Amino acid sequence: MNDSTRAGAQTASNLVGRTAWISGPVVRANLSNQVFMGEQVEVGAERLIGEVIGVSDQQALLQVYEETDGVRPDDPVYGTGLPMFVTLGPGLIGSVFDGIQRPLNVLQQRGAYVEKGAKAPPLNPSQRWGFTPRKAAGTTVQAGDVLGVIQETPVMEHRVLVPPDRQGKLVTVAPEGEYTISDVIAVIRHDNAETPITMAQHWPVKRQRPYLEHLPPVVPLITGQRILDLFFPLAKGGTAAIPGGFGTGKTVTQHQLSKWADADVIVYVGCGERGNEMAEVLMDFPRLTDPRTGRPLMEKTVLIGNTSNMPVAAREASIYTGITIAEYYRDMGYHVALMADSTSRWAEALREVSGRLEEMPVEEGFPAYLAARLAQFYERAGRVKTLAGPEASVTIIGAVSPAGGDFSEPVTQHTKRFTRCFWALDKELAAARYFPAINYLESYSGYLDDVAEWWHSHHDPHWKDLREKAMQLLQEDSRLQRIVRLIGEDALPDDQRLVIEGSRLLQEACLQQNANDTTDTFCSPEKQLGLLKAVLHFVDRAKEVVKKGAPIHRIRETAVREELVRAKEKIPNDKLELLGELNAKIDREMDALFGEYQKLK
Amino acid sequence: MRTESGKVFCGLKGISGALVFLQGSTRISYGEMVEVVGDDHRSRTGRVLIASAETVAIEVYEGTEGLSPTGTRVRCLNRGLEVPVAAEMLGRTFDSFARPLDRGPAPLAREWRDVNGAAINPAVRAYPQDFLQTGISAIDGMNTLVRGQKLPIFSGSGLPHNQLAAQIVQQAEVPGEREGFAVIFAIMGANRDVAEMFRRSVEESGALPRVAMFVNFADDPAVERLVTPRTALTLAEYLAFDRGMHVLVVMTDMTQYCEALREVASAKGEVPSRKGYPGYLYSDLASLYERAGRIEDKPGSITQVPILTMPNDDITHPIPDLTGYITEGQIVLERDLDRAGIYPPINVLPSLSRLMSDGIGEGRTRSDHAHLSNQLYSAYAYTRRIRMLASIIGEEELAGRDRMYLDFGRNFEKEFIGQSFTTNRSIEHTLDLGWTMLRQIPVADLTRVSEAEIAEHLK
Repeated sequence: MNDSTRAGAQTASNLVGRTAWISGPVVRANLSNQVFMGEQVEVGAERLIGEVIGVSDQQALLQVYEETDGVRPDDPVYGTGLPMFVTLGPGLIGSVFDGIQRPLNVLQQRGAYVEKGAKAPPLNPSQRWGFTPRKAAGTTVQAGDVLGVIQETPVMEHRVLVPPDRQGKLVTVAPEGEYTISDVIAVIRHDNAETPITMAQHWPVKRQRPYLEHLPPVVPLITGQRILDLFFPLAKGGTAAIPGGFGTGKTVTQHQLSKWADADVIVYVGCGERGNEMAEVLMDFPRLTDPRTGRPLMEKTVLIGNTSNMPVAAREASIYTGITIAEYYRDMGYHVALMADSTSRWAEALREVSGRLEEMPVEEGFPAYLAARLAQFYERAGRVKTLAGPEASVTIIGAVSPAGGDFSEPVTQHTKRFTRCFWALDKELAAARYFPAINYLESYSGYLDDVAEWWHSHHDPHWKDLREKAMQLLQEDSRLQRIVRLIGEDALPDDQRLVIEGSRLLQEACLQQNANDTTDTFCSPEKQLGLLKAVLHFVDRAKEVVKKGAPIHRIRETAVREELVRAKEKIPNDKLELLGELNAKIDREMDALFGEYQKLK
Repeated sequence: MRTESGKVFCGLKGISGALVFLQGSTRISYGEMVEVVGDDHRSRTGRVLIASAETVAIEVYEGTEGLSPTGTRVRCLNRGLEVPVAAEMLGRTFDSFARPLDRGPAPLAREWRDVNGAAINPAVRAYPQDFLQTGISAIDGMNTLVRGQKLPIFSGSGLPHNQLAAQIVQQAEVPGEREGFAVIFAIMGANRDVAEMFRRSVEESGALPRVAMFVNFADDPAVERLVTPRTALTLAEYLAFDRGMHVLVVMTDMTQYCEALREVASAKGEVPSRKGYPGYLYSDLASLYERAGRIEDKPGSITQVPILTMPNDDITHPIPDLTGYITEGQIVLERDLDRAGIYPPINVLPSLSRLMSDGIGEGRTRSDHAHLSNQLYSAYAYTRRIRMLASIIGEEELAGRDRMYLDFGRNFEKEFIGQSFTTNRSIEHTLDLGWTMLRQIPVADLTRVSEAEIAEHLK
């Protein structure tokens, strides 16, 4: 591939045709030279970035990723000879890009607004990176082998790999030293052809990067969120959807996952969402520390922000830009988590462009290829053996914003087909400020059996049984709630009231989690299990006491119940011995009650 | 207005609804403004929707009545739709194109700006965190507004949303900082009474010199309505980010705006999406709402309070639905509360302020604010559930604890949410009132507030 960087300093010079018809992001051009489907083009004097989305022998249909105000018929169209691609290399981490990989933190030096036609190379071309070679000249290398490493941030070792389409004998390798991304750091000979390798490479955004072999998703992605890890676990390399109406906490959940999930790299794609949310991420991430490394989260994060008021076609591109960057870090052997907030806005961008193309719509105006596009995106997740051998993964967590909060709409329904975790957010729970507002009856995880073994061998051989016991309590409660709505709670027999009381305690002490509380915001797996066990222990002991005739209000008024509810915020992850004391206290209080009613009998 | 010159085209290929079609030309660019003059010598403003070498499509803002294919001249202006911006525009009333409606002279502006603005680079936005006191407990206590936020009012026909907006405009201030505000109204599709009501209410409060109004009346052409909020926001951006002012923009009624958008889209023959609204309704609304915010290292801010009436009180209708996905929360008015005589009839349960958690607490409002409002939410949510039960089995059948909640709910609605149009409560007053409300429910149920807070405030 040549070195004309996309949106970069150099621009294409190859005139391929002239515009004939302009309507918003859709432009028709009369061709004088050949272009191919998916080729990146530049339109007009301002050289707006676009892509070929249809070709005939005389004409091309272009989708332009910037506002086309001011473009006239007969304006020039330039070809790049390359498909839409991203630039990959050191410096991605900590950057903020728009949907077509323009560095927003560089463009901000030119003013507060993103002007159209603004261009800057995605990676800083003059920054020098300290390179340490890992392979010597003369060795034979395969695609994916580590040529050398760069300390990209204090926590990120950036591995310079042999590009996927290259192999052969190393002719030269640069000695340890400082280089820019365009300096040649190695030369590979294959079939008598020599290829220079730099630290930066290009990759077409719509093509999945290759790997050696797909592995089963048996390792959970620990998120530190109790309701997710304990009840609806996600596996590394898995896919999850977070659907929910507005105000149900999709974005807060996505932020929590980016902050606390045990992934090496986070790619956060703010796709058609609020500008102030990106501002919040940009304010929080440099300040928040990763509990695993003690370093700012920004040192392992790539942000892509194409907010709702930025050009709609670039919104469509943002998802592909994000996933390609995620795969790039996966190939270095890292576990990457990609958050897409929100895939519905991405689907709407597809719809908007499709409408301009006057394509035949299917459901709710969406194009017929919506499902295929969603599938292509989610299929790029996975736990794999990389070309060089090590295990790595890309996990995708996509938020869905169903119209009217109605899960029967096309985007939610199609997403359900391609994701295995479904974390359904609930408006009623959110209205009662019950967070995370994940409805435990509607949600599911297809990874339960896959990750059970990991939990059993790493933490507790009874993880699955405990989870089942708790789920049964919740389900029994929801069945009883239907009756309660008709006749009131007081009319139920005591053993059923205890189920309701137990479920309430489980929700308050375990399922609810306060993202704004410094202790509760992240909960270690050990503490998660400890809290769950303490609640179940309380319910078991209360059962014995109620059997002896104690009324429910005595259970509710025990001092230890309140302590149990507050434990999630009071007991830090590193002081779990306090949970033992709590269990002992449960026994003491229940013993006392038991004794009291034993005597009465 | 400015005098301008540009290439003139004579004669049209056709006219349909608000659109006129012109022989294609390479001299007309996409999105540029044109002047359309018919046999009647009346000048109309239009914008290029399709630029093409064959047929150019132009939407005409003032409507196409009176135009004929042969007698019409179209002049290119070689620019987008621009309006004047100046601090002297405060205190005045204008139409959608910033032409005076108050018999005053046209504004002497040194600067003209494109009404569409440009997207703020998300990387330079400053995260809004400054508490803005409205003096209304249901907002300050439960759904706190902060500077740079966009917080719409979801209302229904006949509910007092205009009154509430007028009260917010009169009372909004940052406590301890007595500097002036600029207020900009974008009034779309309003009848003359409503426009007059807003003007009178700001006049009475003495704020008129700091208020600019852009009015589009109900009988003005629909296409013009699409320009009103953009003109208003263009002035807001100038005042906030060039002149360092804190600007509050009230846009009413967004439903009328969306109806106009649908009307124009249908005239263009576009493929409709939900309920006949165009598929780009979300992006279009976002291009307005996202013009709120703050910018790093600039003193000013734009806070938006859009008002919309939910058709048939349906919050899942595309207009409130898409609005809610863009704005940072919503204030929902409820008909039942209004019928019960409670003003402002804000149902706090579906209401939300997304920026609240970072705008409150120690140093901003008070340290107990977050927990207190959480507790009030959960107690009130429970009350509403009990009410449903009570309507089936009767209040007498309820347990004593549940009856306590019913009493709590009644008082909460009457004394905490309810206040008069002229009552301006400080944040301390609102929070203390919240604690007074909590006295009515058992202390054992207060799990969302800390023990220390109970000790301090509930004694």
